[in-house]
Amino acid sequence: MKVKLTFWRIVFLAIMALGIYSTYVRYLRGLGAVSNMTDQFPWGFWIGFDCLCGVMLAAGGFCMVGAVYLFNVESLHSVVRPAVLTAFLGYLLFIVGLLFDLGRPWFIWHQLIYRNPHSVMFEVGFCVMTYTTVLFFEFLPNVFERMNWKTPIKWIHRIYPVLIVLGILLSTLHQSSLGSLYLIMPSKLHPFWYSPALPFFFFGSAIAVGLAMTIFESTQSAKALGRHLELSVLVRLGGALLVALWVNALLRFEDYFHRGLLRQIVRPSYEGYFLWLELALSFVIPIVLLSFKKVRLSPNGLYLASVISLFGFITNRLNVSLIGFETYVGHHYMPKWTEFSVTLMIIAMGFALFRVAVQHLPIFPKDDRAHVGSTIRVGAPIASPVLEHAGD
Amino acid sequence: MSKALLYDSTLCIGCKQCEQACATQNNLPYDDSIAAEEFQSAHKFTAVLTRSDKYMRRLCMHCGDPACASVCPVGAFHKTKEGPVVYDVWKCIGCRYCMAACPFSQPKYEWGSLNPRVRKCIMCPDRVTSGQQTACAEICPTGATKFGERDELVREAQERLRQNPSNYRPRIYGLHEVGGTSVLILASVNVEEFGYPASERIGETALPEYTGQVMERVPDFIPVWSLVLGGIYWISHRRAEVAAAEAEEKKNGGAR
Repeated sequence: MKVKLTFWRIVFLAIMALGIYSTYVRYLRGLGAVSNMTDQFPWGFWIGFDCLCGVMLAAGGFCMVGAVYLFNVESLHSVVRPAVLTAFLGYLLFIVGLLFDLGRPWFIWHQLIYRNPHSVMFEVGFCVMTYTTVLFFEFLPNVFERMNWKTPIKWIHRIYPVLIVLGILLSTLHQSSLGSLYLIMPSKLHPFWYSPALPFFFFGSAIAVGLAMTIFESTQSAKALGRHLELSVLVRLGGALLVALWVNALLRFEDYFHRGLLRQIVRPSYEGYFLWLELALSFVIPIVLLSFKKVRLSPNGLYLASVISLFGFITNRLNVSLIGFETYVGHHYMPKWTEFSVTLMIIAMGFALFRVAVQHLPIFPKDDRAHVGSTIRVGAPIASPVLEHAGD
Repeated sequence: MSKALLYDSTLCIGCKQCEQACATQNNLPYDDSIAAEEFQSAHKFTAVLTRSDKYMRRLCMHCGDPACASVCPVGAFHKTKEGPVVYDVWKCIGCRYCMAACPFSQPKYEWGSLNPRVRKCIMCPDRVTSGQQTACAEICPTGATKFGERDELVREAQERLRQNPSNYRPRIYGLHEVGGTSVLILASVNVEEFGYPASERIGETALPEYTGQVMERVPDFIPVWSLVLGGIYWISHRRAEVAAAEAEEKKNGGAR
C-alpha cells in the first residue's frame, strides 16, 4: 500500500516527532526539564488543558447518550456513536496526559488500594476509571457489528439501561468534581473564578460543551469524510446549545451578583481582561449569533457559534487553573514549548484514532459510508482542527 | 496532648542553626550557599528570612486539619496524634494536589528527579514520638523556637504578649488561622511581610470543610440521582412502548 505524503500528514508527523522528543525529555530528565512548573506553580498547562479541558470536551458522550437513550430523542440517533467514540478516545487520552503530568505515573494504580474518600481527586480518579470502562462497553457494539457477532451485541443490549444510567451518574459526579477540586483554595484562586458554585459551573458548562462539541465533530467529520450533513439534527442541537448557554450565563451572573462582584468585573484589570475574553467567547458572541434564526438554520452559522463557545469554555478552564493563580503567586506562568508539544501530540493522536475508527467501524450510518472511501485516501484533512487548538 | 512549636521572632538572632540542624536531621545537604538561600525548597525545609534587623522562620505550620492530608487521593499525608503532619512517600503518585491546596505553600517538589518526592518539614516525627524535641528547637541557642504541648505554648505566648505588649503585634499567628496550627508565631512585625498569608485571607475555617460540604453529599447523591435517571429512562421508554402498542392496535383494529 502506497501512502502519499500530503500537507496534513507532514504536519501530523512533525507534531509526533516533536512530541516524542518532549516525551523523551519528560521521562529521562524529569518534570522540571520538560515544563515551566515550579513550587509556586505546581499545576500547569497539562492540568489546565489536558485534564480540565480534555474531560470537558469529552462531555458530548454522556450528553448524547442521555438525550437519545435516556430521554428517547430518536431524531438524534445518528450522532450518538460518533459522540461516544469521541468521549471514549477523549478519556483514554486524558489518562495518557495524566501519565505525563503525574510525578510518579507508575504508581497511578495506588488510587485503587490507598483510597482517601475525603479527596476530590480520588473521586475524580475513581469516576474517570469507571466511566472509561462504561464508555468501552458503550463503544463495543461497533466492534461486534463489524465482526458480525450477534450474541455479544444481545448481551450488551441487555445491560444497556445500566450502562446508560451509570455513565450519566459518573459523568455528573466527575464533571462537577473537577470544579470542586478548587474549592479548597479560597485564598489562592482569584475571586472572579473562586466560587462555592464551581461544581455547578463545571457541570453546566460540560453540558453546553457536549452539545457544541457534537455540532463541531459532526460538521468536521462530514467535511473530512465527504458525508452529507443532517441539518435537522444540527438545528436541534443548536437550539439546545442556545438554551444551555443562557442557563450557564444566568448562573454566572447570579453568582457575581450574590458575591457583589458586578462592579469589579467590569473594571479593567489583568484578570478582568481574561474574564471578558472568556465571557465574550463562551456566552455573548454565541448567544447573539444563535439568536438569529438565519444562523440557527445554517450549518456554517451553527459550526461557527459552537467553535467560538468551545474556545470560550476552554478559556474558562485555563482561567480557573492558571490565570486565576497568577496574582496570588506573584508572577506569570507560561508553558514551555515542550508542554505544548506533548499536548499537541495527544490531540493529534486523538484525531488520528478517530479517523482510523470511523474508517473501520460502523460509527456513521451505513448509506453514508459508501462514498467515504474516495475522500479518505486523499489525505487527512480531519487533522486541521489540531492547528486551530494550537494557539490556546 | 498534641505537641507544637512556638517561634518568637523577637528572640531570634538569625544564626540559622535551626536550618543546619534540620538539614542534618533530614539528611539534606547544607553549606554556605544553601544557607544564603532565602526561600524554602525540596532541599531546605525551613528558612530563616532576614529583613533589615528582623528575622522570621518559615516552616510547615502542621495544621490541625491539614489541607494536604484531605486532598491527597492516596492519603500519603496524615496528621499524627502527636501533632506532626507526615508524608508516606511510597503511597505518593505525584499529582501535586497537596502543593496546590496548601494555604502556606509548604510542600515543595523534586522537579529534577525522575522519581520525585514531595518535601516539607515533617516536625521530626521520630524524635517527637520518642519524647524528644524537634531538632530545630533543641539547637536553638536563644529559645526563639520552643517545643512543647500546644496548650502550654499558647498560654506562654499569651503571657509574653501580656507582659511585653510593646514588643509584639498583638496576635499569635497560627492560633486560629485555618482552624489552628501546630506552629505558633509571635512577632514584632506583620508576619505577612515575610510571605505568610494574611489571617483574614485564609480565615479561621479549616480548609477541608470547604470540600467536605460537597463531598459529604456524594453518598446521598448517588442513589437519588440513579433513581431519577432510571425513572426518566423507564418513563420515556414506557411512553414509546405504549405509543407503539397503540399504533399497532389501531392498525389491527382498522384491518378487522
